[in-house]
Amino acid sequence: MSYFLQIFQLLCLNVILAASLNVINGYCGLFSIGHAGFFAVGAYVAAAASKFWMPEFAAAQPALALIAVVLVGAAAAGIAGLVVGIPCLRLTGDYLAIATVGFGEIIRIILLNTESVGASRGFPGIPLLTGEWFPFWVVLFTIFSLFTIHRLMKSSTGRAILSVREDEIAARSMGINVRFYKTFAFVVGAFFAGLSGALFAHYSQFLHPSNFTFMVSVMVLLMIVVGGMGSQLGAVLGAVIVTLLPEALRFSETLSSIRMLIFGLIMILVVLWEPKGLMGLYFRFARPKKKVSA
Amino acid sequence: MSEFVQYLVNGFAQGSIYALIALGYTMVYGILKLINFAHGEIYMIGGYVGIFLLSTLGLPFWAALLLVMPIVGLFAVLIERFAYRPLRGAPRIAPLITAIGVSIVLLELMRLIAGAQPRPFPQPFEDVSYEVGTWISALDGVIIQRNQIMVFIIAVVLMLLLNTIVMKTKIGRAMRALSMDFDASRLMGVPIDRVIAFTFFIGASLAGAGGMLVGMYYNQVEPYMGQLAGLKAFTAAVLGGIGVIPGAVIGAFILSISEALVVGYGESSYRDAIAFAILIFVLMFRPWGIMGKAERVKV
Repeated sequence: MSYFLQIFQLLCLNVILAASLNVINGYCGLFSIGHAGFFAVGAYVAAAASKFWMPEFAAAQPALALIAVVLVGAAAAGIAGLVVGIPCLRLTGDYLAIATVGFGEIIRIILLNTESVGASRGFPGIPLLTGEWFPFWVVLFTIFSLFTIHRLMKSSTGRAILSVREDEIAARSMGINVRFYKTFAFVVGAFFAGLSGALFAHYSQFLHPSNFTFMVSVMVLLMIVVGGMGSQLGAVLGAVIVTLLPEALRFSETLSSIRMLIFGLIMILVVLWEPKGLMGLYFRFARPKKKVSA
Repeated sequence: MSEFVQYLVNGFAQGSIYALIALGYTMVYGILKLINFAHGEIYMIGGYVGIFLLSTLGLPFWAALLLVMPIVGLFAVLIERFAYRPLRGAPRIAPLITAIGVSIVLLELMRLIAGAQPRPFPQPFEDVSYEVGTWISALDGVIIQRNQIMVFIIAVVLMLLLNTIVMKTKIGRAMRALSMDFDASRLMGVPIDRVIAFTFFIGASLAGAGGMLVGMYYNQVEPYMGQLAGLKAFTAAVLGGIGVIPGAVIGAFILSISEALVVGYGESSYRDAIAFAILIFVLMFRPWGIMGKAERVKV
């Protein structure tokens, strides 16, 4: 039972991550592959918060403390997103992609050299706030994230973000502040990535910079590519598949050892054959009459 | 003084290898506007093919070097044919994603074939070091290894060869035309598929040679070496001005020398951060690099 509970929590964390990257890459049409960096900021800040800043409070009010540290972690990641976003979002397309990779790696190298969070030895002893109720909070935060992003995209802000993706120059000439909305989408994405990271810190109770390599960013990208960029349902489905596939392959050692190879091939084939991912398949076969909308 | 010169020497050897990789990035970007993320893996595969030719087939070093280049080049042509060409009209993000996918596939294939552990690279030349201090007394203590000289000379010869191909041959002129104006060249009858395939071939050959040289220089090859080297070589290409061939070489040397200085003067754990800091700094203030020209976005 606890195995399934572990996988389920991991799944929820990945769902938040995928949904957050989907805001940046899917809805706003930017291309960020440094998401592991924001995930790391959220994780380390939240971990440091619950270990160093409020141990007494955490013992007395674990639920409130959890909410507080998760929000602190998410806010820190959001600020990191702002710091990264302001200079980087002047760049477009692939330049932005490579700049986000650079920032992700810099964040990891800084963590690797910061003694107070354990540097290369890792960061142990993060309390599992709320104990056995923790999975419940993970679910609650997942619902909160998905709901917030969903409502955001239905608002006028969300439509402005979509218009930036569809045609930047047209959006600008309609009076949309393109840079503001790009930065906003970037910060929102970073915020929820940090939220996921903060939960991850308390879920695993141990952090190491190697949890946050470029490969992690690629996996999150894979989730939204598989599910279909620009669709929240797609991001959730992609996260489910990418999280559960390695578990499903556990029965065979050969298949398990080539899972990354399978992921790489999936990534190529999806883009070649069905660029809209699972959601594209859905619209193609299940609802042939209706046009694909954002 | 002699310390500083020693770091320069180390930086020049490493920089020649970065330059060989960066050239492939810059040529492909110049023509297709695509960051070929799989390029670092091509370089890694070059190292492994080198080991195979040297130890399993027992070829001499020069024969192996001359064989590695076309083998790896053909490999890149295949990748271009199946992973990038079908996406030529697609949004620019699409080939970027397949490039990441290809890079994972190549990395994993090599890991499965050769194992995740570093493989020792057979040493083609005996290890000789020259003490510069014997000739120039001011540089007492500076040591140049013969491998460093070999790496530098081979890299320079290959770059001169590339320069001749690009500037003096017909296909080189076609490559320059494509990077200047893709659509106009197509209208003028440049066989774009062939020229693009050739560009990938040349770029990958250089990276493959770089893989062999790095194996020789560090005595080992491992499956993960392509990722960081690829990102750094891309940084070098951006620093020099992406799409500009001499820029890639200059960027590579600036990057490697700053790395060597950072390592030499104590902060070796930040060695890998330097490249990215330079990258972001350049992208923020001068995205067109040292030798590139600024372009305006038109509607």
